[in-house]
Amino acid sequence: MISFSAVSKRFPGGKEALRAVTFAVPDGELQFITGHSGAGKSTLLKLIAAIERPSSGTVLVNGQNVGTLKRRAIPYLRRNLGLVFQDQKLLYDRSVYDNVMLPLAFSDHPPREAARRARAALDKVGLLERERANPIQLSGGEQQRLAIARAVVNRPSILIADEPTANLDVESAANILEIFLAFNRVGVSVLIATHDLALVERYGTRVMRLAEGRMLEAEGAA
Amino acid sequence: MSAWLRQHRRALAAAARKWLSQRATALLNALALGVALALPAGGYALLESLHGVSTHSAINPQLSVFMRTDADLAATRRLEAQLRADPRIHRVRLITRAEALASLRGTSGLADVVAALGRNPLPDTLVVTAAVSTDDALDALARELGALPGVAQTQADALWARRLAALARVGRLMLALVAGVLAVGLIAITFNTIRLQILTQRDEIEVSKLIGATDGFIQRPFLYLGLLQGISGALIALAIVWAGLALLNQEIEILARTYGSAFRVGFLSLGEAMALALIAGGLGWLGANMSVSKYLRDIEPK
Repeated sequence: MISFSAVSKRFPGGKEALRAVTFAVPDGELQFITGHSGAGKSTLLKLIAAIERPSSGTVLVNGQNVGTLKRRAIPYLRRNLGLVFQDQKLLYDRSVYDNVMLPLAFSDHPPREAARRARAALDKVGLLERERANPIQLSGGEQQRLAIARAVVNRPSILIADEPTANLDVESAANILEIFLAFNRVGVSVLIATHDLALVERYGTRVMRLAEGRMLEAEGAA
Repeated sequence: MSAWLRQHRRALAAAARKWLSQRATALLNALALGVALALPAGGYALLESLHGVSTHSAINPQLSVFMRTDADLAATRRLEAQLRADPRIHRVRLITRAEALASLRGTSGLADVVAALGRNPLPDTLVVTAAVSTDDALDALARELGALPGVAQTQADALWARRLAALARVGRLMLALVAGVLAVGLIAITFNTIRLQILTQRDEIEVSKLIGATDGFIQRPFLYLGLLQGISGALIALAIVWAGLALLNQEIEILARTYGSAFRVGFLSLGEAMALALIAGGLGWLGANMSVSKYLRDIEPK
């Protein structure tokens, strides 16, 4: 469960990225946020992961007030979130497999269990046979899938993706969306920010539109 | 508990891998630290050996009481008996002038000189081993013995040992100062190498923070890296000191033999060597800790 109430974010210098945004993503929902670049989509997602803090208003994630979270508590919040970024933030000094192992290093799984989970995550995104490759050898779509595998390997209850289909051809984009839908079907809440309206119309269940930091409307049935 | 141990084992393994993957840098760092540590470690070994000599001599201070050359041997023997009864005196040994001359004649190269002398220039000597060891008591004893009838001169053999001990104290103080300065240097070196390491691993740190790594988890490998660096520096230092002393002892042995001594500079004991490794490792850890707490916080995902 993610809920925003009257959340504003003003950056130093006076730019207002978000203005009194209120919305909620109930457990198990898949929801899109659309809007032009600069509309505040990325800022909104960063507030959920405590990468940024709100200037005013309340951000709740699974009942926790993220805005007032102590620095020490932030890692534990993030372990419950699967984050997929536009620039996938992969590590190119290690294999595909080791990239997926990264979140398992601090989750206290016995080595055998960690390896099993990493391979399961790679299998879900169809990259199991590429586990020894370096991420740099992967195509754009494969890199995005690797980012998703890393995000879900700790089995988070919420998956958040910022422009996951940017720079991808239509087929790869559809492939990525199918993966998110599959996770949503097993109960994971999914929040996807995208400016690809065609994609949203094809799959969109609930869509929120942001423009200049304001929430314009919420479309689609709940 | 096992999870906690596993975390530390992983951090240590990660640090060791990182360290080995940059062999050249690691070796140069270890050398820099080793050279810095070798100076106080070597100085310590040297001073400890001198300390052994000076305390040994100071515990058994000897006074040489030289009689006048015209003194009667019977009177000297009476004096010897009288001194034996003194509670401040542990032992008295009489070396008669005839014995002294015979000993001198036996010394190679001097036989001709002795023969040329014609008459015996040496006095009877009472070698007194004092039972007191404080400087004041020794001085008083030496003065008293000097004033006895028939005595030409008293010489406290312990004097050079006391001077040596005083010199060693100055040496130790200087060594402590040098060690202190170099310890700060060691911390600074580790601080900087760990800072560079943090900067090169910026991406990994940022990603780790994004996916929920705690500060402790992220900093642990860097702390172990500092520890490993310090210990490797200590090992290099021990190697330098060992090699240096091996060379030095060859020459010292030749010099000491001319004094009839088997003195040689001892290498650090196992305990001392381990203490050096521990201290260096601790300083490395400290430098890494300072670096980590300064730079790791600044790397935040954007």
